[in-house]
Amino acid sequence: MTDSQASTDCQASDVKTAIETVIRLESARLIAGLARFASGDIGLAEELAQDAVVAALEKWPRDGVPLNPGAWLMTVAKRRAIDQFRRNCELERKYAEIGRSLEASGDDGTAGFAEAIADEIDDDLLRLIFTACHPVLSVQARVALTLRLLGGLTTAEIARAYLAGEPTIAQRIVRAKKTLASAHVPFETPDSNQRPARLASVLEVIYLIFNEGYSATAGDDWMRPALCHEARRLGRLLAQLTPTEPEVHGLASLMEIQSSRMPARTGPDGEPVLLLDQDRTRWDQLLIGRGFAALNRAIELGGERGPYVLQASIAACHARAYRPEQTDWTRITELYGVLAEVMPSPIVELNRAVAVSMAFGPEAGLALVDQLAAEPSLRDYHLLPSVRGDLLMKLGRLTEAQAEFERASELTGNARERRLTQDRAHSAARLGGDKNGADQAC
Amino acid sequence: MRFLGYTLADPTIPIPEPDPALYAKMDEFVAEATKAGVLLATGGVGPVEEAIKVRYTGGEFTVLDGPFAEAKELVGGWALMEVRDKAEAIEWTKRFLAIAGEGETTLRQVYGG
Repeated sequence: MTDSQASTDCQASDVKTAIETVIRLESARLIAGLARFASGDIGLAEELAQDAVVAALEKWPRDGVPLNPGAWLMTVAKRRAIDQFRRNCELERKYAEIGRSLEASGDDGTAGFAEAIADEIDDDLLRLIFTACHPVLSVQARVALTLRLLGGLTTAEIARAYLAGEPTIAQRIVRAKKTLASAHVPFETPDSNQRPARLASVLEVIYLIFNEGYSATAGDDWMRPALCHEARRLGRLLAQLTPTEPEVHGLASLMEIQSSRMPARTGPDGEPVLLLDQDRTRWDQLLIGRGFAALNRAIELGGERGPYVLQASIAACHARAYRPEQTDWTRITELYGVLAEVMPSPIVELNRAVAVSMAFGPEAGLALVDQLAAEPSLRDYHLLPSVRGDLLMKLGRLTEAQAEFERASELTGNARERRLTQDRAHSAARLGGDKNGADQAC
Repeated sequence: MRFLGYTLADPTIPIPEPDPALYAKMDEFVAEATKAGVLLATGGVGPVEEAIKVRYTGGEFTVLDGPFAEAKELVGGWALMEVRDKAEAIEWTKRFLAIAGEGETTLRQVYGG
């Protein structure tokens, strides 16, 4: 078979895939631009975008993909919008509104990406991110809407990622769009008063998406790395859209550095490998380098270090150590101390206790862990007995250690983690060696 | 998934004089791909005349200095992309070529860290 034959044979499906890919890449910018055009009505913007996609799927296989597909889609969507508004009496009010805004802007509906200045598209994208992550929505709804609108993931893909039924996710997205509309959420980037809280919500959503992929609580094996990838991509995008926000670079850095450990954090049978047991030669140095660069940008911007910059700084301490024993635990202890101030949380305290035990010995760490024993929010948290077990084992209090590991294994919902803690309970029982699995984060 | 993209061309055909307009467009494209989180790293390669080959055969090392009489050589530069799938890597490469001009870019999936 010659090359040309081969290319003819697979042309039809190749064209389809190529077109779908173009549409997916343009989707977020298209919806963002249309949302502004539709006075902030996200649902309407998505419908208009869908109309344009249908037109593209009809035309492009025949005529080829236009040189500027984004502009083509935008123009078609706007023209269809105008046609639809003209026909639909119910939408008269909206039509009049949009007509006025078009008149005011001198836009006849044909102006597309080509004419739009790049800054404007960026502004629309940023508005879309802030709107999808608006606090009026439940966290679940924010996550689903962000993946749908910004990530261009299909409802089916989101359902797969969260082990949810497709109708559930579809419903969630529909309801979210209704909530935004009925709350009259403006399609705007928040003013300086609201900005810190609104940005925190955006960062939270992105990091939740990342952690869903990273911590493997649900979802199939294929979608989990996809969620991490999507979150990294959103973090990188946000870092370019809001270059003066240290926390945005902090989050980007944290996700790059955590992702760098992915090749090393599971063993040959998929079992989790703890941070200090990982083969560090398998850490992805490219991502580590990118994480360091993002962290430097955050620090150069100055100001007090926020939770993401601090967590990235801690991750960077681990990344800098070629061998676990080179880890600067004193520095990590300090960073957890600051983190506990800006983001007080028993889990941060637990991690600080681990760092303290590594820097100053298990006794010092155990004292801190014991202070957390009464903490109600940690009562069913499996890492508390797991950490306590570790420290007791290092202190040679093996019977107590075994009991803690057994308790940890009862509490974890993850089968692989359960096996890991059971193994440790057994080795404590066997008076096994001093296993070095202190820092639970991997 | 990651892909390495590079352009092979006939090394005897001189690379045209740098065109400032093309460079500006390429800068814009690189910024766009970086913003999209797709472009992880990119770089240019030195002149092919200065290429070196290190060969190991029969327990002996041989170091060969260029130029080499290869029909096609890596010219220009390379780009390391992080994309969702192969189709996305192809689409970004099309966008690159639409600016860079006629030519052929090879895409190779990159595994591991």
